[in-house]
Amino acid sequence: MPAWLDDFLWTYQNLINTLGVNGLLALSMYVVLAVGQLSLGQAAFMGLGAYSSALMTMKLHLPFFVVLPASCVVPVLFALAIGVPTLRLSGVYLAIATIGLGEVLRTVYLNVDLVGGALGLNGIPERAEAWMIYGLLVVAIAALWLIGRSHVGRAMEAMRQDPVAASVMGVDVQRYQLGALLASAVLAGIAGCLSAHQSSFIGPNEYGFEPAVTILSFALLGGIGTPVASVVGAFILTLLPELLRGFSDLRLVFNGLIIVAAVLFLPRGLVALRMRRRAA
Amino acid sequence: MSLLQTEGLTRRYAGLVAVDAVTLAVPQGGVHAVIGPNGAGKTTFFNMLSGLVPPSEGTMRFAGQDITRGKAHRRAALGMARTFQNIRVFTEMTVLENVLTGLHAGMACGLAGVVLRLSGFRRAERAAVVASRAALDAVGLADHADALSGSLSYGDQRRLEIARAMVAKPRLLLLDEPAAGMNPAETESLAGLVRRIADGGTTVLLVEHDMGFVMGLSDSVSVLNFGRLIYSGTPAQARSEPAVVEAYLGARLAEKLRARHG
Repeated sequence: MPAWLDDFLWTYQNLINTLGVNGLLALSMYVVLAVGQLSLGQAAFMGLGAYSSALMTMKLHLPFFVVLPASCVVPVLFALAIGVPTLRLSGVYLAIATIGLGEVLRTVYLNVDLVGGALGLNGIPERAEAWMIYGLLVVAIAALWLIGRSHVGRAMEAMRQDPVAASVMGVDVQRYQLGALLASAVLAGIAGCLSAHQSSFIGPNEYGFEPAVTILSFALLGGIGTPVASVVGAFILTLLPELLRGFSDLRLVFNGLIIVAAVLFLPRGLVALRMRRRAA
Repeated sequence: MSLLQTEGLTRRYAGLVAVDAVTLAVPQGGVHAVIGPNGAGKTTFFNMLSGLVPPSEGTMRFAGQDITRGKAHRRAALGMARTFQNIRVFTEMTVLENVLTGLHAGMACGLAGVVLRLSGFRRAERAAVVASRAALDAVGLADHADALSGSLSYGDQRRLEIARAMVAKPRLLLLDEPAAGMNPAETESLAGLVRRIADGGTTVLLVEHDMGFVMGLSDSVSVLNFGRLIYSGTPAQARSEPAVVEAYLGARLAEKLRARHG
């Protein structure tokens, strides 16, 4: 490896890893939006993955190859607990319930000594490598792409456009909605685990409402026509604050503006490509 | 035995009985119409048949199975398909992809097969595309297969909806006001299409208030008025049935016409 590249990677290691983690989070948002649901629980699921995996590493001393896949267990259980009752109802109940989940969990993290209270968890071993993060990102994009180009992807797109017509075509809309929410919890949980094991510190305020909106803006900016589009949105929104460091206090304002602008001017996102929905 | 049988089917909304104890049998084969003035409960009746609205009372049987409590998505696998009064094609999908969704109930391959592109999955996808192109051909839309559905004309979107409903070769096709918004030429070609579908062995049940369309096409007619079934029989007899004429024209006008024409 040339010295300048080594230098570059060392300097920007944290940013490079964060980009990949945010890409996974964007996909976690994409899966839910792709079936026409709105969830604001991605940050909460990420937090559950981060805290549960950090505890598995620090208290149970489990190896990382066990911790990483196991980090999706707790988020999935919470997704089930929230999804089963709310997906029976149409409308914004899932969005509201998932906002509530994030706030409740934040308070729990603050007040439970096991997870460090307001101080969070420090000294998490740095076990997540860039190749793991990007490997999983590529696998997730490929899997979602292949699923998109199949009867499953057609059913998802159909119910996003018109759930009534989709159900008449034989699509079990509730089952797909729950499936998407669980897949989203898996992706966010793994992203949380990777992020916790590369930054060595996690705290209760990292998984509240603000990051939930940021993750939503990844997918809104990039678009949900293809899985890659949402990842592009995540990359742009992660890099911009780095490029505009002077504005970093206004980061949330900027995110809000981007959501408004995206809804007004780019209803399909920056990458407004449509996915071919068949494999033959 | 009838293909579809409702028994005292009722749907109440607060202060309104939209469908009132309708007992109706649809035999296997042919074209059957449910007609009635606006607000007679035709679409609510259809929505109960297709599982979109749960009945307040009564039962439904389809192809020998009780479907009263079954959900909408289960109907497709049993061989029931439908179109909508206000066309509901997936406008942001291509014409061919729309028709492919009509085969969803028969696509058994699991996620692992999809992601690994196993041979079973690839075979099913190829077969689905072949069947969908044939269904498009049958309604005259083969040349538009790769167009976005939202770009089709109104009449073509109706045909697309019919192709999407027919691609899985259902036993029963429910058409909700198929002639709505069509000009006479389009209506006539639609009648020919419906006839061909019935001749192909699919029983057709349609809701309509274009009487001309219904009378020439249907083997039997049932008339709903204020949610009640007031007539069931041949189209020819429906015309001379006083209750039917009254429902359409109002009692006073019907009386006048009778007086004038003896």
